[in-house]
Amino acid sequence: MNGVHDFGGMHGYGKINPEQNEPIFHNEWEKRVLGLFVPIMAASGMCVDEFRAQIELMGASNYLETTYYEHWLHAFEKLLLTSGLVTEEELRSGKASMVDPAVSPPVTVSDIPVITATGSSARRDATVEPKFRKNDLVLVRNEHPTHHTRCPRYVRDKIGQIDRDHGVFVFPDTAAHGNGEKPQHCYSVKFSARELWGDKAPESDSIYVDLWDDHLILG
Amino acid sequence: MSDHESDHEHHHANSRPLSEVELRVKALEQVLTEKGLVDPDAVDAIIETYEEKVGPRNGSRVVARAWSDPEYKERLLKDGTSAIAELGYSGIQGEDMVVIENTPDVHNLLVCTLCSCYPWPTLGLPPVWYKSAPYRSRAVSEPRKVLEEFGVSLPTTTEIRVWDSTAELRYMVLPERPSGTEDMDEEALADLITRDSMIGVERLKPIVKGAS
Repeated sequence: MNGVHDFGGMHGYGKINPEQNEPIFHNEWEKRVLGLFVPIMAASGMCVDEFRAQIELMGASNYLETTYYEHWLHAFEKLLLTSGLVTEEELRSGKASMVDPAVSPPVTVSDIPVITATGSSARRDATVEPKFRKNDLVLVRNEHPTHHTRCPRYVRDKIGQIDRDHGVFVFPDTAAHGNGEKPQHCYSVKFSARELWGDKAPESDSIYVDLWDDHLILG
Repeated sequence: MSDHESDHEHHHANSRPLSEVELRVKALEQVLTEKGLVDPDAVDAIIETYEEKVGPRNGSRVVARAWSDPEYKERLLKDGTSAIAELGYSGIQGEDMVVIENTPDVHNLLVCTLCSCYPWPTLGLPPVWYKSAPYRSRAVSEPRKVLEEFGVSLPTTTEIRVWDSTAELRYMVLPERPSGTEDMDEEALADLITRDSMIGVERLKPIVKGAS
């Protein structure tokens, strides 16, 4: 979707202002939100693409006015409501109105070292032919889907060059909506700064964006 | 109730009422705990992992090894995932890694314009500025101005490559080894290597002998 989250190339957000000696967390509640990610994703069976799609749907002003971990909190609540694991009333009250005795056991302390050190790769060993080869010129499809996509607006309808083939990966644009993983090749595509931003951009500079077969056509 | 919850309540009992977001987080964790979907001790263990075990020191060790061992560096640039796994820094948000090398002629810069993708196992959790609208909007369209705000001024003869993490690959910059570090061992080198140099918003300074 052409949401406000798709920041690349936008103007008006001001200077960067890094915080000196920044702490890892600014509030205790941020720690709890970070720590809830793994257990909630395990309990709900949701994938990271569904998580990101929920953040993108939170509404432009809400997205801009809230912080990173508030985005996460919003996505947790939506994913859990959508999957039927909690109700609105339970989230309001903080009290479980119904406990399912058949629920799978939660992630435990002893699971954490393995889970954090392994993660969950989106790479798939499916045999899928690549549509493009290194150095091919490609045109990014000029599509504006209303669903989740990892193809940012600033490269659409632009010509780039395949820099490297990362291999076969889950396609987030479908996986985010329960429409299957649709494994396909994901590439690093090189765009000249001038192709994206015009003649005033330095000739020497370039931007590399990871895109999938379905985002591209031969240029 | 777990210890952290009682600590949490105690901490706020004498200061101020909980904010709306604090109440939401508390309610969420309580409900999920009552339902048997979350074990708060596991939440504590994850927090401890990212506060104490995983951080940019890991990435520094990868870079120091690459500077000290040309064969390791070759493996790292060819297959970042397995070379980093050799040092034990794999996992969530670093499942598939790509390491890109700065040279005297090429400077690399990382960003995630769509969300805030960042290589957790080697760099830790991302700083706020990396997740902010100003950085995410500008890094791809005016990287030189962004670098100047970080105190890095590059001549137009230096090629800038910006890497937008739009997929599940996670990138890390291999900074240039500064001059004056020829006699240093890996541990001393790792002390020099900063998080920002591995994001690409800093160039490491030459070491001048005798200077403190």
